[in-house]
Amino acid sequence: MTINWFKYSSPASFYPLAGKLIPVFMVLAIVLTLGGLYWGFFQTPDVLSDQKQYYRIIFVHIASAWMAMWLYVVMVFWAVLGLIFNTRLSYMFACATAVTGAIMTALSLWTGAFWGQTSWGTWWDWDPRMTTQLILLFLYMGYIALHSAIDDNRRADRASAVLAMVGLAIVPVIYYSINCPDPNACASLHQESSMERIETNIFIAIMTTVAGFWMYCFAVILMRTRNIILQRERKSSWVARLEALK
Amino acid sequence: MSEFFAMGGYGFYVWCSMGAVAVLMILEPVLLSIKHRQLIKNIKRQNRRQASRENTASQTEKS
Repeated sequence: MTINWFKYSSPASFYPLAGKLIPVFMVLAIVLTLGGLYWGFFQTPDVLSDQKQYYRIIFVHIASAWMAMWLYVVMVFWAVLGLIFNTRLSYMFACATAVTGAIMTALSLWTGAFWGQTSWGTWWDWDPRMTTQLILLFLYMGYIALHSAIDDNRRADRASAVLAMVGLAIVPVIYYSINCPDPNACASLHQESSMERIETNIFIAIMTTVAGFWMYCFAVILMRTRNIILQRERKSSWVARLEALK
Repeated sequence: MSEFFAMGGYGFYVWCSMGAVAVLMILEPVLLSIKHRQLIKNIKRQNRRQASRENTASQTEKS
């Protein structure tokens, strides 16, 4: 069976498909996130190397921080696709991703602050990882602000897509701020990534929560895309024929 | 149970983190579905208005 992917690049045929996918992703999100957190709180040791029980912030901290970074890449992907093919739906996806990305970035900073206070004794420090993550939040906010400042949707889409592309430079900086080959070169307060050395149960809990967060992001991005479609296409004839409107 | 919530004396930090995640991750889809319902309502109203306008136009044409 071959699927005609281009069929779904039109808002009219994508809208009902997204409506069917949202409950699936939402159920997966709830099951995986709660399952991961259950495993993280009840099946893991009370200490992680020198850290006491407060290390359990790790499950939501890593999941939100990864999503913050990945969603930016996803947003730029759709923005670039929009610039190349001039497809309306790609821009709508980019727009829908930005808000969830900003929420995830804010959550990673918030949970990081609480973890930082317990393990380092400070809520905030101008350390490379934290500073670049804060810049990422400003980039998301800049994208949203620029888009809403331009009345014409098509021009807003293109202008903010360019801004998103330029901002992509921050992603490798965030990644290498704790993963650089020479630890002295990226010496910072934030510990290095040590996923390969972590206890198996903690690793399972982290990965399950991360999978849950992915599913959650798919669900809410699809929900927001559907809202954007309705907003922008409210005068089209296909919208008037929608089952929900009868 | 209270021992679990105490988190070895770090309950405040753990639950403030988990709480913020829970609040935002529940609020986001709820607000989106409220917005969706509002959009549907507005489009319905717009369609009705248009239909009544078309009706009056055709009646004036007939008379």
